Parts: sequence; C-alpha cells; structure tokens
Amino acid sequence: MTPALEIKDLQKIYKGDFHALKGISLSVEQGDFFALLGPNGAGKSTTIGVITSLVNKTSGTVKVFGHDIDKALETAKSFIGLVPQEFNFNQFESLTRILVNQAGYYGVERNIAHKRAEKYLKQLDLWEKRDTPARMLSGGMKRRLMIARALMHEPKVLILDEPTAGVDIELRRSMWEFLRELNAEGITIILTTHYLEEAEMLCRNIAIIDNGQIVENTSMKQLLATLDIETFILDLPANSIQATLNDFSYRQIDDHTLEVDVKKTQGLNSVFAQLSEQGVQVLSMRNKSNRLEELFVRLVANKEPAA
Amino acid sequence: MMSSTNFIALKSILHKEVHRFMRIWVQTLVPPAITISLYFVIFGSLIGSRIGQMGGFDYMSFIVPGLIMMSVITNSYSNVASSFFSAKWQRNVEEMLVAPVPNWVIVAGYVGGGMSRGILVGCIVTLIALFFTDIQIHNIWVILLTVSLTSAVFALGGLINAVFAGSFDDISIIPTFVLTPLTYLGGVFYSISLLPPFWQGVSQINPIVYMVNAFRYGFLGISDVELSTAFTVLGIFIIGLWATAMYLIKKGIGLRS
Ligand SMILES: Nc1ncnc2c1ncn2[C@@H]1O[C@H](COP(=O)(O)OP(=O)(O)OP(=O)(O)O)[C@@H](O)[C@H]1O
Ligand SMILES: [Mg+2]
Repeated sequence: MTPALEIKDLQKIYKGDFHALKGISLSVEQGDFFALLGPNGAGKSTTIGVITSLVNKTSGTVKVFGHDIDKALETAKSFIGLVPQEFNFNQFESLTRILVNQAGYYGVERNIAHKRAEKYLKQLDLWEKRDTPARMLSGGMKRRLMIARALMHEPKVLILDEPTAGVDIELRRSMWEFLRELNAEGITIILTTHYLEEAEMLCRNIAIIDNGQIVENTSMKQLLATLDIETFILDLPANSIQATLNDFSYRQIDDHTLEVDVKKTQGLNSVFAQLSEQGVQVLSMRNKSNRLEELFVRLVANKEPAA
Repeated sequence: MMSSTNFIALKSILHKEVHRFMRIWVQTLVPPAITISLYFVIFGSLIGSRIGQMGGFDYMSFIVPGLIMMSVITNSYSNVASSFFSAKWQRNVEEMLVAPVPNWVIVAGYVGGGMSRGILVGCIVTLIALFFTDIQIHNIWVILLTVSLTSAVFALGGLINAVFAGSFDDISIIPTFVLTPLTYLGGVFYSISLLPPFWQGVSQINPIVYMVNAFRYGFLGISDVELSTAFTVLGIFIIGLWATAMYLIKKGIGLRS
C-alpha cells in the first residue's frame, strides 16, 4: 500500500542560514496514528510546514499518498487536513463562515459545507458558538475550531501540530477520544505534541526529532519495551526511619520521601514487603516522571553529535 | 475551462471578500460617501458656480465623473490592500495556501473583491451626485468598461502593495504618496488642455489621466485623450500587474518562509 506520507532526505535552511532540517526521512502508513515528538525548536513545525507547502523546502522529496508535492501539489494538498500550532483563522469571522469558506477552498459546495459545519461544530461542542466571532472563543475552543476546519473537506490524513497545547485535562481527553474515532474511521493521523503521555496514549508509531534530525523512528510498543526502569516516589509519614531495600537502587530524599528505581522484571511487591518488614508505612506513591520523557532524554543525550 | 473545484474556490474567496467589506460598512462604505459629498458641496456647488464652464459643461457636471472614478480607485485599492494584508497579519491567508487553490484563483478572488467594493462605492457616489446635478450618459458601455478595468488595475495594485507590506503603515504609504497626488493631477478637477504644454506632456505619463478621461467620455462625450489610447493603457497595466501579482504569490513573497 502507498504510504500516506513519505518524506525523503528533507532539508530546510531558513533565510539567514539556519539549518532547521538536516535530512529528515519518514514514512507513515495509511491508517496509522503517528506521533512526531521533539523538544522546542526541533523542527516539527518546519517539517509540517513543508508537507503543507507553507514552508519552501531546500531539498528532498515529500509524497502524500504517492503524490509528489513538486509535481502534483494540488492533489497532494487535497488529501491533507492541517491543524496548525498557531491560531490562524480570521478573528472577526463567525465560526460557520470560517468553516464554510475553508470547505469552499477545497471545492465543497456551500450547501454541503453548511451540513458538514453543523456536524463538526456539534461533535466538537461548538454549535452554540456558531455565529460568534472567532476571537471571542476560549483557547480550547479555538483549538477545536481549527480541528473542525481541518476536517471540512474530509481529508485522508489529518496533521495536528500540538493540538492539545493549552487545553485542560478533561478537554484533552475528549479530544483524544475524538481523534481515536477519526482514526478508527480510517483517517491517518499525524500529531506533534509536548505532552509525551499523549503520544503514548494515542499513537502506534513514533518518530523522535531533535535538532533537525530523526533520532528514533519505531513503533510505540518497541520503544516502550526498551524502557525497562521506572522510578517511583513513595510518600512516607513524617520522621520515618531510614529504610534499606535490597536489590533496588533507591534514594531517601528526606524523612518522608523515598525514590526507588524498579526494573520491569522486578515488580513492586518486594519493595512493599521489605518496607513493611521494617515497619515503614507507605502513604502514597506516584511515577517520578513520564517514562517516555525519561526515554527521550536518554535518546537525545546518547545521540548528541560531538560538536 | 475552469474546473468546478476552482470555480467554487473562487466563489468562496469572493464571498468572503464581499462579506468583509459589507460587515464593516461603516469603515468601508460610509467614509468615501462623506468625502465625496464634501467635494460635491465645496467644488461643485460653492466654488464651481464661480468657475463657470469646463470643457463645455458646467463645472459640477465636469467633475462628477472624475470624483466617481477617484472613489473607485481608492476603494478598490484599499480594499485589497487591507484585506490581503490583514489575512497575512492574522495568518488566515494560510487557509488558502494549504488548500488546493491555484494562485490565479487567489489573485482573481481578491481582485474581484476589490472591484466589487470599488464599483459599489462608485454607485453610491453616483447616487449622491444625483442630489447635486443631473447626470447624462453618453455611452454606457464605455462607462462600464472603464470602471471595470480601472477597478481591476487598482485592486491588483492593492494586492501587490499588501504582499510587500510588513506593517499596517506600509499599506497607507502608496495611497498617500502616490495615488492621491496622481489622482489630483489626473484631470479630475480640470481639463488637461488648460495646462501649459510642458505639463500637458507630463500628464501623459500619468495613467489616471487616461482612466478619468475615458470615464468622463462615457458620461459627457468629451475627453482629453484618445479612447483607444486609454484602453490600451488600461490593458497594459492589467497585464503587467496581473503578471507581477502572480509571480509574487507563486514565489510566496511575504507568504512562505
Ligand atoms: N521562519 C523562520 N525563519 C527562521 N528560522 C525559523 C523559522 N521558523 C522556524 N525557525 C527555526 O527553525 C527551528 C525549528 O523550528 P520549528 O518551529 O520547526 O520547531 P518545533 O519543533 O515546531 O518547535 P516547538 O515545539 O517549539 O513548536 C527553530 O530553531 C526555529 O527558530
Ligand atoms: Mg512547533
């Protein structure tokens, strides 16, 4: 099957000689849910900009469902729905107008566009606001408006650049649900995010980009499998005694906090058993940090070029 | 043959553009009506009665076509300049850039929007003029052709201005320093034949002279220039500006990094 997106050796040098992309190659299968992950300034938005023709590439090729953007740009564009990182709608227009006009740019007749606008505004909980100027929406609503806008021409691949930035937990979850449903309907989804758990929750495949280069490109499963140590923070009652744990590396942070590194193979039972033997009560427990985040830090550190 | 996709895209841009200036009609339609009314009162009624005849007509009748043309010019220009610049500023121009809209549809859509505002304001001003004087029509086709071509020229000019503009100031520089002087010196208020020979020659490089005179011919049947020359000048400007606008959008000047 033709990949939904195929990028080969993509380079971008911005004016003023800034080398933002240093040879990116990626392939995203049809129907995939794909995460593009990387720190600030890694080149995620630049990559998306090139795919959607908002940024002129310096070299390399991009194919969308087999259509090269150098040869069949308009066909390639018609497959893509874009939710950009920054708000980029006319702040003074009403939601309905924004959506219907956008559909028009893709050749969707107005009467069909109105029906679709109603469908997506309802699904994304914006129907009440349909006649409101976009500038009067909250940040989360603006994000959802951009998602609705990207769907108006029923794209085959939806590209979202940090769709949940500045969105509260509850709304984020409902967005995830919405994206999952879209994916289940067969739409290929590519997203970038800083919320690493987001990628873990949603995506099947992942590429990690740093400093304009891909440092990892694999399935989520495989990536998580390589991550075998998890750090837990245990909250103890104040003035607890110094506990000792055999077979674990651990740190007593203060008199009521203990940090323990647990290998996947070890499990937690032994930690609790040893602690109760010593009469140390555990009040609560949490992950020290996101596993993916740890992994990410490790990956990037390992592959940092010498210079 | 235009594909239906492109046709719908063009309609959408036009629709958006017309809706924009209608939504903010207090900023787009009222000011030109007031300005031109003042011209009618001051130059037409108050001063005009002392000037007597110009080109064989009373002064009011003489300046009406020029004043209509002046409002068409400024409004078609500033409509596209502000609208396209604000689309760049708010980045909603990206809505079109990511969609499969060919560049010529973008250019045609914005130019069509500018023409619509220019011609609508022209109609409003014509109605206002009827309160001050009778309007005769010598050749309606010349009127319609001239007003369409002229509004297209300045809508294209406004688009090119907006492409290069980096700030809101940049879209008022050209109207203030180029368009207004050229219009005032473009035979709106006087017949070029009144000028000394040297200045008559200079006036011939002012394109607005041709537009105003062709337009005035449509109403009064008099003109300081040959009609065929006027339409040739209009044609050359449209082709040149269209090609420039297409080139700039294709290159993504001010639009793509
Ligand atoms: N228009 C531009 N001109 C010059 N440099 C740019 C431009 N846009 C981006 N850059 C630079 O390119 C690099 C990559 O930027 P990009 O926006 O792609 O990062 P990102 O991965 O999306 O980051 P973030 O997570 O913060 O959104 C950055 O160093 C940025 O400063
Ligand atoms: Mg970004």
